[in-house]
Amino acid sequence: MGDMTDYSPDESNKSKLGTTRRGFLSQLGVAGASLTLAPLLVRAAGDSQKGEDIAAAPAEITSVSLTINGKTQVLNLDSRVTLLDALREKLGLTGTKKGCDHGQCGACTVLADGRRINSCLTLAGMCEGAEIVTIEGLAKGEQLHPMQEAFLKHDGFQCGYCTPGQICSAVGLVKEGHAKTDAEIKELMSGNICRCGAYQNIVAAIKEVQNA
Amino acid sequence: MEPFKLIRAQDNLQAIHSAGIKQSKFIAGGTNMLDLMKLNIETPRQVVDINKLSLYKIEEMPDEGVRIGALVKNSDLSYNPFIKTHFPMLSEALLSGASPQLRNMASTGGNLMQRTRCPYFYNTDFACNKRLPGSGCAAINGYNRMNAVLGTSDQCIATHPSDMCVALAALGAIIYVQGAKGIRTIPFADFHLLPAQTPHLEHNLRQGELITHIEIPALPFAAKSHYLKVRDRASYEFALTSAAVALDVQNGIIRQARIALGGVGTKPWRSLDAEKALIGASATESTYKRAADLALATANPYKDNAFKVELAKRTLVRALKTVEGLS
Repeated sequence: MGDMTDYSPDESNKSKLGTTRRGFLSQLGVAGASLTLAPLLVRAAGDSQKGEDIAAAPAEITSVSLTINGKTQVLNLDSRVTLLDALREKLGLTGTKKGCDHGQCGACTVLADGRRINSCLTLAGMCEGAEIVTIEGLAKGEQLHPMQEAFLKHDGFQCGYCTPGQICSAVGLVKEGHAKTDAEIKELMSGNICRCGAYQNIVAAIKEVQNA
Repeated sequence: MEPFKLIRAQDNLQAIHSAGIKQSKFIAGGTNMLDLMKLNIETPRQVVDINKLSLYKIEEMPDEGVRIGALVKNSDLSYNPFIKTHFPMLSEALLSGASPQLRNMASTGGNLMQRTRCPYFYNTDFACNKRLPGSGCAAINGYNRMNAVLGTSDQCIATHPSDMCVALAALGAIIYVQGAKGIRTIPFADFHLLPAQTPHLEHNLRQGELITHIEIPALPFAAKSHYLKVRDRASYEFALTSAAVALDVQNGIIRQARIALGGVGTKPWRSLDAEKALIGASATESTYKRAADLALATANPYKDNAFKVELAKRTLVRALKTVEGLS
């Protein structure tokens, strides 16, 4: 029993996925681990609400090294690019969805160093050294993650748009280990909105994985 | 979002030095900062990422106080066994706020710095003295159901949004900050500012000063404490009203008390008047009601939020009865 707890995001929180190499980039025809990317979102002059001085400000480029679904990537991005946009627009990992883009809906949920976060409210440049797992990284080849299997079995979705975020959030919830009852599962899944209303079946899927 | 330079600070001094210039902002969890940057409400030219600093520890003090690193995530703080045992109101407040994903991102220091969710602050089509000093306050004559009734001014009635800060106000926390001139401490009550005539000034930090720790002094009776939050839906919503309460009741007499309210103030609202009314009185509902009346005595409701005055009183009385039941 120590009198100090260190919650640093250190290596012990990370998975052992470092050597797993997945084929997303090669499928996209992008060779190598280092990508030099043109800045996103550069505005035309006069497009700003703030006047000429802001409109003239150039984009700033940030370089970041991070591991995504087991593969280490070096990205050079406009500093404004969120983790969500880097995943979707730069790496073609479109499983992670953009819903509200303001941290309210949970569609963008991914796992960062094993924890569920909103990728829309994280700058890619803040992820130096992080291990990111997206919905594309949960399955092992053709073998689905148990949470994916459970969502299929219990019909935990209708349109499917929120589902990648729901599944990543559910994986995080099980790992956190704080939800013991249906009410606690509902409370701790409240960061993921489902407009189709598949909530009962999502709870059933999570319980199945918890009890497996 | 406007362009900015991202600087990843490796230690406190580098962070402080980098953030010493105007239009520079720290970013930790980013849950509020990036949200506001996307809306062009925050437009820093330079953003200093402080996530690599060594401020992730929760240290128990020999006297049973606790020192919390500014980067400790809200989720880690809420589930920390020492916090749950010694300061349950803080754990409950944290768990009542935001969502699990946001709590996994949001830092303790950043929670102190989060800005109001007044819809007129968020919508750049409307006047807001907090966002654009001198432009007016669209909330005062607008739809102000969620706005504050305590600590308001004729310039601003924006509610302070934090749950965690309500508990820290009740607990009398101390903020440790480091700047170019060294380290200083700020009592919690002095950290946030009332809007008065300058609602754009929200806290007592100087440019470049970094929150490094939050200390909660030992308060043994806070082991019997509670945070009660009332809101429009059961989860993932800001407070209409809330109360953080700790009571020390011995033989039916209240020996010590801590009271703070959320959802009703322009800053986290500790009520010393309510505490004084409780101390030495018998632990009965009539005592609690008297304290609640005193806590809201200076309330100044607006068109749509008059209900908050009564709701805040009932919230406080309910929380006091709950804590009495723990004794």
